[in-house]
Amino acid sequence: MENLKRVDLIFGAYTNEKYKVLESSMSKSSEEIINEMIASGLKGRGGAGFLTGMKWKFTAAEKDPVKYVVCNADEGEPGTFKDREILTVVPRKVFSGMAICGKAIGAKKGYMYLRGEYRYMLPDLMKELEIYHEHARRFGHDFTIEIRMGSGAYICGEESALFESIEGKRGEPRNKPPYPTVAGLFSKPTVINNVETFVNAVMIMKYGANEFKKLGTSDSRGSKMFSVSGDTPKAGIHELELGMSLADFVNEFGDGDTKAVQVGGASGFCVPRKRFNDTIIGFEGVPTGGSMMLFNSSRSMYNVLHNYLDFFEEESCGQCTPCRIGCQQLLKGIVAVKKGEKPSSYLDQLLKLSDTMKITAKCGLGQSVANSFASIVENFKEEMIY
Amino acid sequence: MTETIALIKSLADRYGRTRDALMPILQGVVEEERYLSDVAMTEIARELDIAAAEVYGTATFYSFLDTVPRGKYVIRVCKTITCDMHGKKRVIEKIEDLLKIKLGETTQDKKFTLLTTNCLGWCHKGPVMLINNTPYPDLNEDKVTEIIMEYIRK
Repeated sequence: MENLKRVDLIFGAYTNEKYKVLESSMSKSSEEIINEMIASGLKGRGGAGFLTGMKWKFTAAEKDPVKYVVCNADEGEPGTFKDREILTVVPRKVFSGMAICGKAIGAKKGYMYLRGEYRYMLPDLMKELEIYHEHARRFGHDFTIEIRMGSGAYICGEESALFESIEGKRGEPRNKPPYPTVAGLFSKPTVINNVETFVNAVMIMKYGANEFKKLGTSDSRGSKMFSVSGDTPKAGIHELELGMSLADFVNEFGDGDTKAVQVGGASGFCVPRKRFNDTIIGFEGVPTGGSMMLFNSSRSMYNVLHNYLDFFEEESCGQCTPCRIGCQQLLKGIVAVKKGEKPSSYLDQLLKLSDTMKITAKCGLGQSVANSFASIVENFKEEMIY
Repeated sequence: MTETIALIKSLADRYGRTRDALMPILQGVVEEERYLSDVAMTEIARELDIAAAEVYGTATFYSFLDTVPRGKYVIRVCKTITCDMHGKKRVIEKIEDLLKIKLGETTQDKKFTLLTTNCLGWCHKGPVMLINNTPYPDLNEDKVTEIIMEYIRK
């Protein structure tokens, strides 16, 4: 444990007075809040890692009188379950973060997009939301929050697909640019952040950017919620400092027989044992939205890849050809090689296809299929063939 | 049919008649009737003054917005990797056995439908299933039997 630093920022107890951090943030100017966010170096916790402060700054600079704050609670990446826990344990911090963002960018309305799979949480969230609205009124903060539900579509975690869904349409990603900071929800300037990012924003307002920066590395500031699952005796949610090596992680969470770790979910990277020592978990190494799935030597990596491709083939929105056809062909291809219907050299052709998807697919879903596909096929080629 | 029309009117009164009310209305109908009938979709289109094709196109995009009749209790077992590794197959077989239906089917009395779904966000406690909105994590053959028997008695 000495090599991993555990942190208790996210799940730390609430302030004694309800919405105290939000109240004290109300006395700060938009500029002060944004400068604090930029100084903290906070990067988005959904996985892509865009600088949160810059996102807020760009949106604040837009002249449109109508702007939105959107909380992405469409946690669908296989192996990720930390947002569910955050929304169960500390929803107040999430609503506070959205409201602080509203103050910073000059928005009066926020939406939380909660995945349909988490519908059971809605009654509790609505109760907390009522408390939030009471306090916001008391502070004179004109910012209301509405919860919208998803209905079982992984792609709606992609920001522009999420906007389409709230607007009542098929969850098909848009072309970018324009980016959400210019034209997001209802074509208005929008900040969209992950659940955990909003909680981090509250922690920065509470403790200050300097305290926050003490955690992590220069490229990866702060702590991160990790969702640990697979072959591990310690499955669950763990808040750890960023920038650790995968070897240290496996020492703590492995079952002694870990042969690979999938970092960042089905759309992330598979790291084999021989690379544990030189792999850093963070934006300078392998980034992750928090999903860490461990596989021990009894697991067939062919089955793992097959499961991921099944997932992508179903969840591809079907809008762009590289992703729609690519996912199908990758899946068919590995099955054909395994059955001996295609020679093993066919895997090279499939790798080329996944590379093409990376360049040509319209959104992050199709572009990231190559991450797990190439890292599993290249590192576990024998398992794909025999 | 008149019930469906009344339901849609009350949902539209609650959520409004703009395009962004479409998802909450579709979800509200599924919540009550477990699926979206042709009657429901054409009525929603009329209520919101948009083409029925728009309603159908939106509904069929989302895996939880069913457009074929479903049972009173829709069981969705997670089939993604960690639930797969930890025995989702045995859980599904057990449910098939108890309800005497195959995956994808609905019982004759229209009480249960058995489906699989992608990651439910309980990977540390897999296998997991949803029955309507309620998640049931940490499943094994005994536990799933207990849960299903309880629903059978309902």
